[in-house]
Amino acid sequence: MFAFMANPARFMAFSSWAAPLLLAAALALFAAGLPWALFYSPADYQQGETVRIMYIHVPAAWWSMGVYAFMGGASFVSLVWRHALADVAARAAAPVGTVFAGVCLVTGSLWGAPTWGTWWEWDGRMTSMLVLFVTYLGYLALWAAIEDEEKAARLAAILCLAGLINLPIVKFSVDWWSTLHQPASLLRSGGSAIDPAMLGPLLTMAGAYLALFGALTLMNMRAAIFRRRVEAAALREARA
Amino acid sequence: MNARRPFQDKPTIRVEGLTLVRGGRRLFAPISFAAGPGEYVELLGANGSGKTSLLRAIAGFLHPRAGSAHIERCEEPSLALHYVGHANGLKGQASVRAHLKYWAGLFGGAPSEDFVVKALNLARVLDAPCRTLSQGQARRLALARLIIAPRPVWLLDEPASALDYQGRAVVGELVEGHRAQGGLVLAAVHEPLGPKPSQTLRLAA
Amino acid sequence: MRALGAAFQRDLALMWSGGGALAPIGFFLGATMLVPLAMGPERTLLASAGPPLVWIAAALAVLATLERLFQADLEDGSLDQMLISRAPLELLVLAKGAALWCAIGLPLALAAGPAAIALQAPLERVPVIIVSLALGTAAFVGAGLAGAAVTAGVKRGGVLIALIVLPFFAPPIIFGAAVAGGKDVTAALMILGGCALAAAALGPIAAAAALRLQAE
Repeated sequence: MFAFMANPARFMAFSSWAAPLLLAAALALFAAGLPWALFYSPADYQQGETVRIMYIHVPAAWWSMGVYAFMGGASFVSLVWRHALADVAARAAAPVGTVFAGVCLVTGSLWGAPTWGTWWEWDGRMTSMLVLFVTYLGYLALWAAIEDEEKAARLAAILCLAGLINLPIVKFSVDWWSTLHQPASLLRSGGSAIDPAMLGPLLTMAGAYLALFGALTLMNMRAAIFRRRVEAAALREARA
Repeated sequence: MNARRPFQDKPTIRVEGLTLVRGGRRLFAPISFAAGPGEYVELLGANGSGKTSLLRAIAGFLHPRAGSAHIERCEEPSLALHYVGHANGLKGQASVRAHLKYWAGLFGGAPSEDFVVKALNLARVLDAPCRTLSQGQARRLALARLIIAPRPVWLLDEPASALDYQGRAVVGELVEGHRAQGGLVLAAVHEPLGPKPSQTLRLAA
Repeated sequence: MRALGAAFQRDLALMWSGGGALAPIGFFLGATMLVPLAMGPERTLLASAGPPLVWIAAALAVLATLERLFQADLEDGSLDQMLISRAPLELLVLAKGAALWCAIGLPLALAAGPAAIALQAPLERVPVIIVSLALGTAAFVGAGLAGAAVTAGVKRGGVLIALIVLPFFAPPIIFGAAVAGGKDVTAALMILGGCALAAAALGPIAAAAALRLQAE
């Protein structure tokens, strides 16, 4: 798969139909999943109707981490094999992951207001997610600050891999810290057993997020590659 | 010029089909050449033709887009070369003496400080902080690295820039002495340094 | 070994001649001074929340020293010389980190004693706060090396370094603040030592990889 995609021309051919297809899949899954989750799924016996926020919140949390892992993989490929397409992939995925993490934080806060009675709770999960969000911002800012694109890609890849090591440590520390500060009186989000009637819409929404991520990333990558081609053409013209 | 023993290695620079790209622009037509022990190679070319990048690629700082640039037949690859670039590698707050000491540690030389200082005419400024040096004195200090630690390959980028007539003569003598010991010198220059080059490379876009 | 010794000595001398720990410690004490001004001087409130804030001040003081750490080496050509020296770049970076820790980290840890007392930390807790900050600043320096290296080519990159490095400061701050607040001290100290070791090992590797790219 990787060897096949390594060729930019083949990638452009592949993505020219894969991106719209994934976008259509994302729209279809959202069209099915959103009404299912928001209107036709059962309310929680404890949390009532507010549980519906979870269908937006939980997949965003999953995939904000999933996207970072994807970027970590792409960064590794970029550093080890110096592959330009891996650079483009990591860079293209970053804004999507940032938005997912942002959505997760905002919906978590919205859910917290009626459930915990506060807009922000320094709960272990939310704190870890906030650190992930800041990590994303640092990655994007570093990329924006370095003018030489090739250099920016490799340096951002180093940062991304360092973050990949850091985030589990942060997760562990924050869990340790939240048990230190808040004995288990807190209502933990995401109980141990999920009602099967809730699982259906949740997985549909997760699929929708994943398809959206794939579509947006491919579109971002195509835009970046087109931009490079235009710049290269302009440079050739300027010298001719 | 001095009585150090000749190099055991037979240092060789081998460049094959080298292509370098800076900021999306190819610097020169693919270049190939080889140079061996006792050679002095002059590298000529207009501003922006890629002389510095070629030196940096041979030093291993720059990754080639295509082709290769290697230093071969040196027992200790990490002790193979000296690089004197545009930037002298000096710290304004530190004294000349502190730099000599630091480099001796960093490069593994046994500095005969007297000799270094005499050869490069730095005696008067030995304890001065480097920010007080003139351009020419700073350049001489950077060249002192070549003497402090013996290394078979010298990569010099405009070694005589900012130097006076006498300073240029010293650089010429250093190069001749290095060749006599079986060393290899590759220098990017604007005008001939003095010693008769064994090869002249001209870079063109 | 000689190369590392020479690098350590030189970096320490350069940091010392640049004012050494004077400015960071002044900054540290100034930031600590703002805490009671913001929280009010009430003793019980300060005693419960004040000592951990020493850690915030220390983290900011270390951050403030990072911007020029490798930028100067990149600009004046020293980095090229480090690349062709006898020692691997990773170890030279480690030597620089060690010099920074000796010049800034250790003095900060010592200054944290009086600062913690001023913030109403119990006297018997002060030695352990100093030890924890010595470990914590080592972790900060390790992460800071990597942050400073990836941003070395960015002009006025101070805010950028802070943004990049702060997520890496989270674990040491958590365990350090626990020590300063007197909670679970032994466990927190052990983990803090682990953080310091990990940062000292991984920071120079990441920083050296970034510096090799910067030299291109």
